[in-house]
Amino acid sequence: MSKFKKKKSGDLPAISTASLPDIVFMLLFFFMVATVMRQNTLMIENRLPVADQVEKLDKKGLIMYIYAGKPSSRYRSSAGNQARIQLNDKFADLSDVKPFVLAERAEAREELVNSLITALKVDGETNMGLVGDIKKELREVQALKINYTTRVGNALDN
Amino acid sequence: MARRAAPEVNAGSMADIAFLLLIFFLVTTTIETDNGISRKLPPPQEDNVEPPILKEKNIFVVELNKNNDLLVEESPMELKDLREAAIKFLDNGGGSGADACNYCQGARSPSSSDNPTKAVISLRNNRETNYASYIAVQNELVAAYTTLRNREAERLFGKSFVQMEKDLKDVNYSGNKEKLKEDIKKIQFFFPEKLSEAEPKK
Repeated sequence: MSKFKKKKSGDLPAISTASLPDIVFMLLFFFMVATVMRQNTLMIENRLPVADQVEKLDKKGLIMYIYAGKPSSRYRSSAGNQARIQLNDKFADLSDVKPFVLAERAEAREELVNSLITALKVDGETNMGLVGDIKKELREVQALKINYTTRVGNALDN
Repeated sequence: MARRAAPEVNAGSMADIAFLLLIFFLVTTTIETDNGISRKLPPPQEDNVEPPILKEKNIFVVELNKNNDLLVEESPMELKDLREAAIKFLDNGGGSGADACNYCQGARSPSSSDNPTKAVISLRNNRETNYASYIAVQNELVAAYTTLRNREAERLFGKSFVQMEKDLKDVNYSGNKEKLKEDIKKIQFFFPEKLSEAEPKK
């Protein structure tokens, strides 16, 4: 039976690991390309209110974000301490909302323009006057689908 | 048998394996998705449109003043009681004849709403109202509608409205999606979300 015994002579040939980095890099690049990250640098305080009747905002590409709140302490000297609107990475005025929406629309794919959602990320301490003004602008430009972004929790804690 | 030293494991690839794991976990950790209350704004209005005439009893006035106090039908109310009050109002079903509501379970008081399809909740706020209180009120009103829709869906289709909506989004849902859509529409027709918002007062 010794014919079937494995040869025990000689060392195990080392498995070549030279291609492992390539595999890792391949994976890394794949995920780098596939991940969509759109996070604006916040220049305002943004403590969202809490609510429990919420829906998830899944389709990240179809959402435009409008931030509002008091400028954070770094920007207070230049931007004042009244609540401001932030679009993309800049402070904006109310009159900038319409061009912003139109620009976002122009970027979106044509068949999806109607399903664009405006997410309002507004600090809980903001006055409704500003929010009302934003909503008015949005109505005038026919961006009617909005979402008040909130944290999840008991609404009575607000 | 001759004793031989075990062959050494090549550790050169350990770093790569570590990287692989690192990347795997980086990718699978979901970046927090946003949650929020979805609403639809009314389309812009032309100036000379006359508002439709509504019966006083079909309107449920919720007002938030600049001190964030809640006034419901002109009397103060605690936020925690708002949901109950809204449900009571919507589910009242006081109408008769063409306005009768055969699925309402409310008190059928003649001084409250006729029919959920007629009932309108009017939310007014001041310019100085806090956004957080506004959201809290919105949340309670949406909750009132959801509760009623859940009840109705439970009665007609044996599962909650929230579950139905979840099923509609679920790719692996085994049932008939067309029918599900119809059912959801039906429930929405029974309890339409009629939430009107007045322009904030100066």
